[in-house]
Amino acid sequence: MKNVDKPLTLKSARTLHITYNLPISRTSKFWQGLKEGKIYATKCQKCGKLHFPPVADCGDCGSSNVKWTELDGEGEIETFTQVVVKPASFSKEPDYIVAIARLKEGVRALAWLVGIEREDVQVGMKVRLVPRVTSDGRVSYEFIPV
Amino acid sequence: MGHSRFGDRSDVNISELTFEAVQPSLEDSGLTAKEIPYVAVGSMGVWSEEPLPAVVIAEYCGLTGAGLVRCEAACASGSAAAFNAYSAIASGQLDTAMVVGVEKMRQIDTPTALEMIGRAGYYLWEFENFGMTFPAYYAVHAVQHMAKYDTTEEDLALVAVKNHRYGAMNPLAHLQHEITVEKVLSSSVIAWPLKLYDCCPITDGAAAIVLASEEKVKELGIEAPVWIEAIGFSSDTANISKREDYVGLEASVQASRMAYKMAGISPKDVDVATVHDCFTIAEIMAYEDLGFCEKGEGASMVREGETEVGGRIPVNVDGGLKAKGHPIGTTGVSMLVELTKQLREEIKPRGRQAPMKNYTALAHNTGGTGHYGYVTILRR
Repeated sequence: MKNVDKPLTLKSARTLHITYNLPISRTSKFWQGLKEGKIYATKCQKCGKLHFPPVADCGDCGSSNVKWTELDGEGEIETFTQVVVKPASFSKEPDYIVAIARLKEGVRALAWLVGIEREDVQVGMKVRLVPRVTSDGRVSYEFIPV
Repeated sequence: MGHSRFGDRSDVNISELTFEAVQPSLEDSGLTAKEIPYVAVGSMGVWSEEPLPAVVIAEYCGLTGAGLVRCEAACASGSAAAFNAYSAIASGQLDTAMVVGVEKMRQIDTPTALEMIGRAGYYLWEFENFGMTFPAYYAVHAVQHMAKYDTTEEDLALVAVKNHRYGAMNPLAHLQHEITVEKVLSSSVIAWPLKLYDCCPITDGAAAIVLASEEKVKELGIEAPVWIEAIGFSSDTANISKREDYVGLEASVQASRMAYKMAGISPKDVDVATVHDCFTIAEIMAYEDLGFCEKGEGASMVREGETEVGGRIPVNVDGGLKAKGHPIGTTGVSMLVELTKQLREEIKPRGRQAPMKNYTALAHNTGGTGHYGYVTILRR
């Protein structure tokens, strides 16, 4: 074991840069809705289950008959964290707070919580889920304190 | 069974590392590589260059020709592989099989490793825009557990202190140094409120076990064999936003109930356990989910020393994932190796040998954030 302190490694010459194309045709209304300032869920027309994040097929009852329904966005924080050590692709972001809130329609959402310091965030706090268009044109959504 | 030294094992490649576990496991079983008809490999494998680790390690260890599969259940891949091999024997098709766990996580940089694990959940809804990390997933559980049951950051630190104490006694562990509550509390924040010493390290390691039918065990003349009494399993939603609460892992509850029922035992019959402490809060939740205590009382178990050697039920006295290390796909197999040694009462130093009353041990292995749950019960 004489090389334990400085093990010899060969740096691989073949590198990969992977970008996935994510199919969103069947949930396009959701992504379009974000651009129009709306947050949509889907509701199964057979069993009545409300789905967020939205789905095109209901895994609860097997029906593909789902209807788009707009969420109010009002909710209450159930838990949260602040990510300090970030994944490689988020390395340029400042520390971000991720919260999970239960919305008044009964579904939960996970998103960044913005406009507040971590020290001031509390479980049970009222928030609103709102659409967001990032500076580079991507659509997303986030929580803001009420 | 066999078990490599865990740690930064940049001194060996994935095959050489696996050999360190496979060869002793063959010697321990009295079989040769050529006599193993089937090998189930637990491995995630995204951090090392080989997309087909099973075939690469099988060739290197002389196992080529055996039936071969790589099993993925995230951090519970090792248990999934054990169930795969166990089922092959239980079905009557085979009389022996090998389970291998191997992970080589330190061949890429830490932010990329964090990215790979952070993506493991529901990529589109929780990573693409929100950059969840593995520590962050457990941090949201810590926050709700603290809010609901008054669990404190000091309680979490006590788990790390305990597991480091045993890690320091385990020559195979990645982190073999003791720590203090103060050191945990003053370590840098990773995902608030979890700090560096609340988190398991990124570890390389391999472990292997040979399983055999009752008949084969007799034929091989193995004295005091250790039996798999039960393997319970369950799963939970990919989106953690679809969970009912964040104070426990439902897949652990369901998997343990299944395992207790199959083995015909209750939690109080367990002499020693390894639980999936990838983060300190995970060990506290595991005490509760596995029925070692009531919901919300996990922190008091660690405060009272009930999970130390000499306590009511010693837990992670090999250092746990926290100090022994957590090579993702290896962990489930490593737990079975440790518990087999515990049941054989051959742990050295003796300070971390759990006293045996019922000769019954439990391994709790979680994949992702309770996405996959496995509970295995062993008995001698």
